[in-house]
Amino acid sequence: MNRPASLLALFLAFTRLALQGFGGVLAVAQRELVERLGWLSKEEFVEALAIAQVLPGPNVVNLSMMIGDRFFGLRGAIAALAGMLAAPAVIVLGLAALYGQLSRHPIAVDALRGMGAVSAGLILATGIKLLPALKQSPLGRPLAIGLAGLAFVLIGLLRWPLLGVLALLGGMGMALAWWKLK
Amino acid sequence: MTAPVDLASLFLHFLTLSLLSIGGAITTVPEMHRFLVDRMAWLSDSEFTASIALAQAAPGPNILFVAVLGYNVAGLAGAAASMAGILLPSTVLTLTATRWARANREHRAVRAFAAGMTPLTLGLIIATGWLLAQPFLKVEAHRMGTLLLIATTLVLTLKTRLNLVWMVLAGGLLGALGLV
Repeated sequence: MNRPASLLALFLAFTRLALQGFGGVLAVAQRELVERLGWLSKEEFVEALAIAQVLPGPNVVNLSMMIGDRFFGLRGAIAALAGMLAAPAVIVLGLAALYGQLSRHPIAVDALRGMGAVSAGLILATGIKLLPALKQSPLGRPLAIGLAGLAFVLIGLLRWPLLGVLALLGGMGMALAWWKLK
Repeated sequence: MTAPVDLASLFLHFLTLSLLSIGGAITTVPEMHRFLVDRMAWLSDSEFTASIALAQAAPGPNILFVAVLGYNVAGLAGAAASMAGILLPSTVLTLTATRWARANREHRAVRAFAAGMTPLTLGLIIATGWLLAQPFLKVEAHRMGTLLLIATTLVLTLKTRLNLVWMVLAGGLLGALGLV
């Protein structure tokens, strides 16, 4: 396995990776970190991602910090995080500022409506793509799908506040999983 | 009724959402909508959705939609406040918990946490897509076009390996041409 030569190399690798990630960075992260740079094996990548997903916060941001931390400790975590966010933040805020000026043009509004519909579709597709992960749930598939469906109904249709739904369904899910994993 | 914008409540709102954002900040979008649009009226429905669409269209982690929301509420200071809020608690927790979790992967509590939260995370992701589609579907003139576009996106994403950026750009083009 290779390792980053310096904090700067780490920062630049994550900048490069982030700038390729339109509509999500995860697929690019795998290709760059595992296949191109060889900083992680496939197994290490999956393992880090599993932990990143369990923790709150953006998965790829957590992942970048964990990888930076592994090579250079806290300084590495900060360098990787900065690489992931700095350049894309400048671009997206530049676009936001531009949109503020353009938003009176109907054509910009129309374009954004089209893009908005596509991104709603992309998020729906992401959720649907990930649903098969429930097959391996220790809860059993019917129970896991039931909980996911209930979460959709409470949040999407009934507009319950997230905190209540997390406490109720998350608590139920964890208690059931704890019991099933005995 | 629009409440006056204050950076401290903006920061605190995202701070409280940070530790709830299991599966990514996108799962807390419905809560951000409740706060920024329904309760404070700092953003309109379409400004809210446009902010997220803009961040999705740009390169980088999707979390940057939080910066755009903050920016549209209160400029660069708003972007900084919202990003600091959403990232501080989760990054600190990630750094402290990572080594422990890595060492205790097989621990029953760790596995119960992951197994118990996964269904909820998936339900939330789908609810988010649903909520983001609502403002477009409410407008009679655009309903059919939007529905078709969403359905096409779903099929292309699930069935092909087409780069997502082309889909977002195509959506923008179709919109600009007045087709959706």
